[in-house]
Amino acid sequence: MKIGIPKELHAGEKRVATTPDVVAELTKLGFSVAIEAGAGAAASFSDAAYEAAGCEIVASSKDLWAQADLIMKVRAPEAGEVELLRSGQTLISFLWPAQNPALLKTLTDRGVTAMAMDSIPRISRSQKMDALSSMANIAGYRAIVEAAQHFGRFFTGQITAAGKIPPAKVLVIGAGVAGLAAIGAAKSMGAIVRAFDTRPEVKEQVESMNADFLLLDFDDEDGSGEGGYAKTMSEEFIKAEMALFAEQAKEVDIIVTTALIPGKPAPKLITAEMVRSMRDGSVVVDLAAEQGGNCELTEPGKVVVRDGVSIIGYTDLPSRLAAQASQLYGTNLRHLLTELCPEKNGEIVVDMEDEVIRGATVCTGGKTTWPPPAPKLSAAPAKKEPALAPVVVEEKPSVFGPIMAVVIGALALLGLGAVAPPSFMAHFTVFVLACFIGYMVIWNVSPALHTPLMSVTNAISSIIVIGALLQISSTDNLIMWIATFTVLITSINIAGGFAVTRRMLEMFRK
Amino acid sequence: MINAGIVTVSYIAATILFILALGGLANPETARRGNWYGVAGMTIALLATFFGVVTGNYTALLIALLIGGSIGLILAKRIQMTQMPELVAMLHSLVGLAAVLVGFASFMDPSVHLAGVDLTIHDIETYIGILIGAITLSGSVIAFGKLSGRIGGSPLTLPGRHWFNLALLLGAIWFGREFVLQSAAGGGMTPLLIMTGIALLFGIHMVMAIGGADMPVVVSMLNSYSGWAAAATGFMLNNDLLIVTGALVGSSGAILSYIMCRAMNRKFLAVIAGGFGTGGGKSVASGDIEGEVVPIDAQETAALLANAKEVMIIPGYGMAVAQAQHVVNEIAATLRARNINVRFGIHPVAGRMPGHMNVLLAEARVPYDIVFEMDEVNSDFPDVDVSMVIGANDIVNPSAQTDPDSPIAGMPVLEVWKGHTTIVLKRSMATGYAGVQNPLFFKENTRMLFGDAKETLDEVFKAL
Repeated sequence: MKIGIPKELHAGEKRVATTPDVVAELTKLGFSVAIEAGAGAAASFSDAAYEAAGCEIVASSKDLWAQADLIMKVRAPEAGEVELLRSGQTLISFLWPAQNPALLKTLTDRGVTAMAMDSIPRISRSQKMDALSSMANIAGYRAIVEAAQHFGRFFTGQITAAGKIPPAKVLVIGAGVAGLAAIGAAKSMGAIVRAFDTRPEVKEQVESMNADFLLLDFDDEDGSGEGGYAKTMSEEFIKAEMALFAEQAKEVDIIVTTALIPGKPAPKLITAEMVRSMRDGSVVVDLAAEQGGNCELTEPGKVVVRDGVSIIGYTDLPSRLAAQASQLYGTNLRHLLTELCPEKNGEIVVDMEDEVIRGATVCTGGKTTWPPPAPKLSAAPAKKEPALAPVVVEEKPSVFGPIMAVVIGALALLGLGAVAPPSFMAHFTVFVLACFIGYMVIWNVSPALHTPLMSVTNAISSIIVIGALLQISSTDNLIMWIATFTVLITSINIAGGFAVTRRMLEMFRK
Repeated sequence: MINAGIVTVSYIAATILFILALGGLANPETARRGNWYGVAGMTIALLATFFGVVTGNYTALLIALLIGGSIGLILAKRIQMTQMPELVAMLHSLVGLAAVLVGFASFMDPSVHLAGVDLTIHDIETYIGILIGAITLSGSVIAFGKLSGRIGGSPLTLPGRHWFNLALLLGAIWFGREFVLQSAAGGGMTPLLIMTGIALLFGIHMVMAIGGADMPVVVSMLNSYSGWAAAATGFMLNNDLLIVTGALVGSSGAILSYIMCRAMNRKFLAVIAGGFGTGGGKSVASGDIEGEVVPIDAQETAALLANAKEVMIIPGYGMAVAQAQHVVNEIAATLRARNINVRFGIHPVAGRMPGHMNVLLAEARVPYDIVFEMDEVNSDFPDVDVSMVIGANDIVNPSAQTDPDSPIAGMPVLEVWKGHTTIVLKRSMATGYAGVQNPLFFKENTRMLFGDAKETLDEVFKAL
């Protein structure tokens, strides 16, 4: 099967869907790879490097689309590209089917099998194919690099002969993959980093990167939604959250916002008022710019300066690290192809029973297959289901049962007392009292000692040997031999029971 | 020859020493002393009887004591700690056999002359003594067979087994009446023998019907029976020492069984009636569970353990089978040396005998102050980084809490799934003794390490 890698047409897009390293791996899977001339140039991969990796260079994009059975791209196909697709061809790229219903319809009508990298379900097994995470990681890192570019100071604190330099303070809002990458980058440059997230379970991840997690003074409301994303919070929560940001804005130098809620415009978290309260020369990096931005003043795709604060609204941060982004994206694609091609024979099998492949496939054979059935497992630690509460059925003890037992027991004892001779009753008294002593003594035994307790009581119960000893002096030979045999077996029990208990107890040590 | 008064006083001393022995066994600090109290009590009782009651046949007596004692000591020395449940079950059967023999000998003893009510009561006592003894004998033999693997562990459920039991009981009562009537006329051997047969059959059937997972309850129940048999013999022989000691053992065994049942949230009668895990609640089909099993290898396990701060080890019967307790201890010691807090969480019914896991860990010299009970650690799981489940299944099954239809519903379990990561060591995906599929294995934060526990743990230890 031939894979075709066209040059990205989208303005400013520097990434490419594969790199020479990945091509070598794809060849091992049995695929042949063709690439449009100059496709990797913007990401610093020359045609010569591709050729050396075993790639065919195709000069015209028309030829490429015509030759290839499988097209791999970064961005969704543009108007001119969709027309080149033919029935039976497979397309893998970012597609954003929810935002582009028209594109999805066209692809369906053309009979294309289209797989959206953005629709791969977020389960443990699919992490290696999760291009969204790879791109978010790059965006987070690049956000700090962009911030450093526009921030007129050091990140790290220093004491020099020329005076003291305070460290920069960075606030990261939203500790997802991008947020954590930003925390890591800022931290390694020496800044003081704090982070905020509505999902309490990420507190630990933030703290593991040595950043401070800002806590809201608010009754805990869990912001974890499906698939590891955050969900919309209540009004009071947002109010408390905004108060926290307003207070932080006065203090920090750099704010990186990464707050996204799937399928909704980005929440407005940084108001114009807050920007005004920030010191001159501060920076806001808005990673949600494409979805409208977390800051009121963000202009998507641009850097603007408002009240002395630079607001960075780039929407192409991964493309700004094109070589790195292409490498990661290409590897994600390769992992997906490994799943698609279990035989390693260069032929892909779209197995709609496979949860990952099913999730990614948005249309095939003229039918739209998006949205897929909801994945059952969340990427976040599974939330406790209410049903997990112990279902121990508290049976209300019936009063009738115990009363009946006591009455019957009492009657039986009275009957026994009425007929039994006094000598028996004396023994019986001893018996009942001994039962109670046993009960009192044993009740609090530590479970660790159950086995030794059992072996010691076993040894003690061989006191039955006394019975045999009483009989052993009998003149009746049969009785004498029975008694002797009984003594023999009970003495096995006496010696064995005590010795094995001793052996066990010797082993218990502090 | 010492007089009867001194014998009685010695018996009182022996009784008190036995009570102290049981009391001492309640706590690890005093347990060793408790055992010595027991030895002292037994010695005093034997000496007093020897010098005060026995009038002849000393040679046979001494030889029997010597041979029996040596066999016992050798058994105790040779036995593997993992075989402890078998040994205890076998020793129980000896007590049962002794009760039967003493009962028959007493019945045949021509020197006893009783009449009227006294004779009737004595006959009933003899009858009950032999009955309990015979049940203990055959039940323990079957339990021994099941524990040592000579008999399959799955419960044998005959159709109409409850009716069968009832018939046996009625038969025992009817032959009891026959026996008392015939004994007054000087006979009675035939009904006594038939009853012994019935009791043996009852003991076999009772234990056969109980599944492997309920073995801890059975073992402690048989322990209790052996006590009652001794007490009944005491009544028969008018001997208070036997009555008191038998009652002590009997009630302690009964309480132990009760504690076990409570730990499994089962009704005592339901366990005795048997057939656990086969009837009643519908069993959960394996297909019901969503999710994927994530395997892991020994190196990754070692890395997970090495990077954890809080580690919880949950041993089960699989550890005993694989004899892995020593390498478990070495792993625990290595991790502790690296300032990782390692604890052991023991479920009350883990293994095949009450306290089975504790004994194995003690044998491997795991300090007992890092070994905790389920209730002590269950609330700590959210803070545990890595829980390692070694050959346990039902005791860590979340469906006991979530699935009211599950055969183990309501049984308290160790809530390992609340920890960060759980590593489950298992030979295969087979179900536990209860025959229930375990959703824990399919959880997102569970990793499966397949293979023999000892071999895989050896590899983990090397990787550490």
